[in-house]
Amino acid sequence: MIEFQDVHKSFGANHVLQGVNLKVAKGESMVIIGGSGTGKSVLIKTVLGLLIPESGTILVDGKVGGGADRDAFLARFGMLFQGGALFDSLSVWQNVAFRLMRGALKKPKEEARAIAIEKLRRVGLKEEIADHFPGELSGGMQKRVGLARAIAAEPEIIFFDEPTTGLDPIMSGVINELIREIVVEMGATAMTITHDMSSVRAIADKVAMLHDGRVQWTGPVGEMDSSGDPYLDQFINARAHGPIEAVR
Amino acid sequence: MNPAQQLLAPIGRSTLGLLASIGRVAMFVAQTLSHIFRPPFYLKELLQQLLSIGYFSLPVVGLTTLFTGGALALQIYAGGARFNAESVVPSIVAIGMVRELGPVLAGLMVAGRVAASIAAELGTMKVTEQIDALVTLSTNPIKYLTVPRVVAATLVMPILVAVGDSIGIFGGYLVGTTSLGFNSAAYISNTVDFLQSWDVVSGLIKASAFGFIVAVMGCYHGINSGRGAQGVGKATTNAVVSASVLILAVNFVLTQLFFTQ
Ligand SMILES: Nc1ncnc2c1ncn2[C@@H]1O[C@H](COP(=O)(O)OP(=O)(O)O)[C@@H](O)[C@H]1O
Ligand SMILES: [Mg+2]
Repeated sequence: MIEFQDVHKSFGANHVLQGVNLKVAKGESMVIIGGSGTGKSVLIKTVLGLLIPESGTILVDGKVGGGADRDAFLARFGMLFQGGALFDSLSVWQNVAFRLMRGALKKPKEEARAIAIEKLRRVGLKEEIADHFPGELSGGMQKRVGLARAIAAEPEIIFFDEPTTGLDPIMSGVINELIREIVVEMGATAMTITHDMSSVRAIADKVAMLHDGRVQWTGPVGEMDSSGDPYLDQFINARAHGPIEAVR
Repeated sequence: MNPAQQLLAPIGRSTLGLLASIGRVAMFVAQTLSHIFRPPFYLKELLQQLLSIGYFSLPVVGLTTLFTGGALALQIYAGGARFNAESVVPSIVAIGMVRELGPVLAGLMVAGRVAASIAAELGTMKVTEQIDALVTLSTNPIKYLTVPRVVAATLVMPILVAVGDSIGIFGGYLVGTTSLGFNSAAYISNTVDFLQSWDVVSGLIKASAFGFIVAVMGCYHGINSGRGAQGVGKATTNAVVSASVLILAVNFVLTQLFFTQ
């Protein structure tokens, strides 16, 4: 379980998170929505210790993460970065198998490669691209390689930062199904950031909307349409006018 | 603020900034050193860096020292002629090359080539979140990125400088024998006879220190790069400038240490 308690994070005068409170239960698929620049990516990075909040607590299974055995802590997570963040000096399969080729999870090269190719297939990529370099792939393909890397070591907790942005509708459908499968089959806890409302409905058990540095609304996906929250209504119905200003 | 304050404030600010940077670099160096001897070791990355820092710097270092050796021979000949000491050309070229010019010029050229490319590479990795990705994959960026580069540069610079020294001396020899009228055998024996092993060794120690400086500055500025393409550009410039200035400063300190009794 992941629990955010009054988390604050600023960059200079830019107060991005201003007291976020949120609980994500084990095995649950939580989807975070909210306008661009509201701090969704920042929120996820605070869990992993990539950004340190000024105040507030983030508990993973009731404990403050990191600490002495940071490697063991991080080994429980998989993360798809918004921009893919593939290592451009390594081939596609070496990216996917990165965690399997060093450290505690080290496997023989052949085996690591076989697992990588299997994961690539799951995200709809052919074996042929395994020896390409990330720079040779389209944006959507890079995103899926990032996804394959995030799930390669079958982590317990997975973060997906905009997994379907830049994909065509069919491929988005494939990825939505995949994320759903990962949660159901692997029993993983997932936090997904997305702007794509069809993704939200396909992936989410619960939804949280971030606005003005706080969680504006959170609840089960089924209650999203009848929430009566004007901010949420404006967002999910894609209205230009409403309480959320279009100029941010 | 009165005029005096207006004048002094920026000086104070930049002094504080400088001290803060020195502190951060010192921390970075301490962290790097502490990771060198602790597993896991990334040998493949080390070999890659030995190749890209050492081998691929050979042409630029070779050309630099070749032309400098030649120019040095001409200068010393012209200067020596003023008090009938033209015969010192071979030994002064050799001593000047191995003690000072070889390490310093190679250091500066490598600062331009290697510190820039390290800073640009790591800076790009930083702004595209590849460094964050490393962390989430349980890999320490200092261990995986910085240590191989720093170790490779420190080990390979002396070799690079030894080759550069030889090429520089050869440049002097070429000029000496073709246009200054030296006899080939005499030039060689004159070079070898007056050169002491400490001349060479001190230069190679300097080289090692310069290699360390180049890689540390490249990595430090790259990993701490600002956001976007502009951030990477600035990191690259800062890496080259700081590495070059530090090389010259450390060269002075080491020369003082090695050659003043
Ligand atoms: N490393 C950083 N340094 C400075 N500002 C940052 C950094 N990361 C994010 N920000 C700022 O924080 C805000 C939220 O960013 P982000 O979480 O990426 O938004 P989004 O909700 O679209 O994912 C933005 O204004 C962004 O400029
Ligand atoms: Mg984002």
